[in-house]
Amino acid sequence: MQKSLLIDPAKCTSCLQCEMACSLEHTGAFNPARSRIKIFEFEHGAQAIPYTCTQCAEAWCLHACPVEALTRNPETGAVELNESTCVGCKVCTVACPFGTINYVPETGKVAKCDLCGGDPKCAEACPTDAIVYVDAGWTGYDRMRDWAVRTHAEPRT
Amino acid sequence: MGWQKKILRVNLTAGTAASEPLNMEWAHEYLGERGLATKYLYEEMDPTADPMGPDNILIFATGPLTGTMASTSGRYAVVTKGPLTHAIACSNSGGKFGAELKYAGYDLMIVEGRSPEPVYLHIVDDEVEILPAEEIWGTTVWHTEEHLKAKHQNPLLKVASIGVAGESGVRYACIVNDLHRAAGRSGVGAVMGSKNLKAVAVHGTRGVTVKDPKAFMQAVRETHAMLADNSGRKGLTELGTNDMIDSMQEFGGLPTENFHKVQFDGVGKINPGAMQATGPEGHRNLITNKACFGCTIACGRIAHINKTHFTIVNRPEYRHASGGLEYETAYAFGPLLCIDDIDALTYAAFVSNEHGYDPISFGGTLAAAMELYEMGVIGKDDTDGVELKFGNAEALTIMAEKTGKYEGFGKILGLGSKLMCEKYGHPEIAMHVKGQEFAGYDSRALQGMGLGFVTSNRGACHLKHDVFAEDMEDQTGKGKAKPCKDSQDKIAMIDSTGLCLFTTCAWDVPEFRRQIAAACEGDDWTEERLIEIGERVWNVERMYNLKAGLTAADDTLPQRLLEDPAPSGTAKGKVSDLPQMLPEYYEYRGWTSDGEPTTQTLQRLGLK
Repeated sequence: MQKSLLIDPAKCTSCLQCEMACSLEHTGAFNPARSRIKIFEFEHGAQAIPYTCTQCAEAWCLHACPVEALTRNPETGAVELNESTCVGCKVCTVACPFGTINYVPETGKVAKCDLCGGDPKCAEACPTDAIVYVDAGWTGYDRMRDWAVRTHAEPRT
Repeated sequence: MGWQKKILRVNLTAGTAASEPLNMEWAHEYLGERGLATKYLYEEMDPTADPMGPDNILIFATGPLTGTMASTSGRYAVVTKGPLTHAIACSNSGGKFGAELKYAGYDLMIVEGRSPEPVYLHIVDDEVEILPAEEIWGTTVWHTEEHLKAKHQNPLLKVASIGVAGESGVRYACIVNDLHRAAGRSGVGAVMGSKNLKAVAVHGTRGVTVKDPKAFMQAVRETHAMLADNSGRKGLTELGTNDMIDSMQEFGGLPTENFHKVQFDGVGKINPGAMQATGPEGHRNLITNKACFGCTIACGRIAHINKTHFTIVNRPEYRHASGGLEYETAYAFGPLLCIDDIDALTYAAFVSNEHGYDPISFGGTLAAAMELYEMGVIGKDDTDGVELKFGNAEALTIMAEKTGKYEGFGKILGLGSKLMCEKYGHPEIAMHVKGQEFAGYDSRALQGMGLGFVTSNRGACHLKHDVFAEDMEDQTGKGKAKPCKDSQDKIAMIDSTGLCLFTTCAWDVPEFRRQIAAACEGDDWTEERLIEIGERVWNVERMYNLKAGLTAADDTLPQRLLEDPAPSGTAKGKVSDLPQMLPEYYEYRGWTSDGEPTTQTLQRLGLK
């Protein structure tokens, strides 16, 4: 079963544990500047919204890459970067409509979310379940249930 | 590992900024943050120097766990000589600035001298610029942060700055970071202003590593789980620190009407229940809770003011959300002034953040001014025509603005209660220790807390000791010296790690030890060593104060708490037992009866 990150901004407190976990997994250091998931705060922190790659089925970045450094992991569904193939041309960063693939000056390559090979560290680190890793076909399940309960009628007797 | 092993030293007189290696011997003896900054201050600055003069130094310090996944890892401390107390000032803050400074590669930043013109620091890793601040001098903290992010086209900048209060030398001005977190107490913002330093804007990309990542992450997972399951943590998350206002009301330890009373009838209108209630107009004060960097507690409150309230009815610029009421602000603007208007309190809280001053000391000073007004010592001629009576919410909001903008009677309030009351010939009205106003706990009802207020090295402060459980159990001073001293040492250690004191709802020394041992080089991180570090820090702070000219005579409470019995509550009829507690405390500390560390004590701590 493919899984997907499910993000609920209403639960996010902007603690940045996810950014630290992401950077630790990918760079070996706690370093939010190198995180592939970012928290955006609005109105003095009244809203905090995590955002990262959604792993598009028709991925603009993947199609744009001239050296085929971006490939689909069939197990996780993630678009992954082969760093040794990447030439740092940045065409993918132009192609991505969402801005979630970015150039890293320190490495001369791009970086994007790869779902940590199927064990995303951001979701593991999130203390409030604002980021969870669920069945990719049912990311709407909880919201559907919330609406379902509103239509709840008395049980038939 | 843990430490970045690097200091940024800025000399504003010379206009220079350069990095240098961290003194690792000191790092092992003082950890970081509060402790390490105290050591640097003690070694580098003349304690008798004018706190507002160029010879004072201002230290921003992170800890070895700042910027790691340890919960609450966003803390940094500002250590300097304080203008409110003329003693060592040590104020720590959360938000995101501290971790960013560490990510830029620095454990500490030491600011020396005084710039001839207003400047700000722009730091991106190794690139450090001292830039003119004329565009932002005279503007608010909120404007400064927005302006610097836009000017440098860098939304990732984290900004710590002062408002007009700090520029003008309001003695309890603070340094505000991330809009509504602050190194709040003892006037560290006034010191920054005296140096003509408006702001520090930093972005860091260097990252932080730990000695043993596997062991560290194992410790992190387990300590996170301890917090997640803890009922005290849940209370902080759901209700915020203002939950304390109901406890203090019930106990009778809630300073009210400038300490004439210990309970306040209006508590139900300003407590967490009131913050979460939806009013008849559909307005709810609380919007959400918010975390500082790395924090899995998230006690911060984000609130907004009812748009029909008199403070903002014609001022749409205040209709946005911002940092709401925490316990100390609710106490200092509420019971202490007998005001139960939650929107007025929230507005004053916004203004204190926007202009950068400590709400506790401001509330304490305004309470004293209200008492002077009701005594007839000052009148409308002094107060710009404002009827400065207890219970007047409008007076609070007007004076909050005047103090922030340093206008009219706000300039007098900016002196702090001690100097203001001396000026009017009534020093007995000022409720303070060493010049710093009290946090929201009455020393007659909470005896150990009172001893902590008295012996705190930065003046009256509730965050440097924890005798709460003992005080709840027993309303006398008996047996309070030991838990006071022991908790002071423990907290001095915690304040030196880069983590937040509030984790102690679930953690004790073993949890801190485990995380420090996995993060920091060296293999001899025992609990005993950590506690000894805390005790060492405490004693160096004390030695600094003694050299600055403070004596045992400064270790005292206002007459009101020593002579006037508590009028109600659990401690009805009681005064502070300080005369019994203090000698016992000195002895337990290994100090002389004059409050000076003995040679033996100093030798034991490696200080002689």
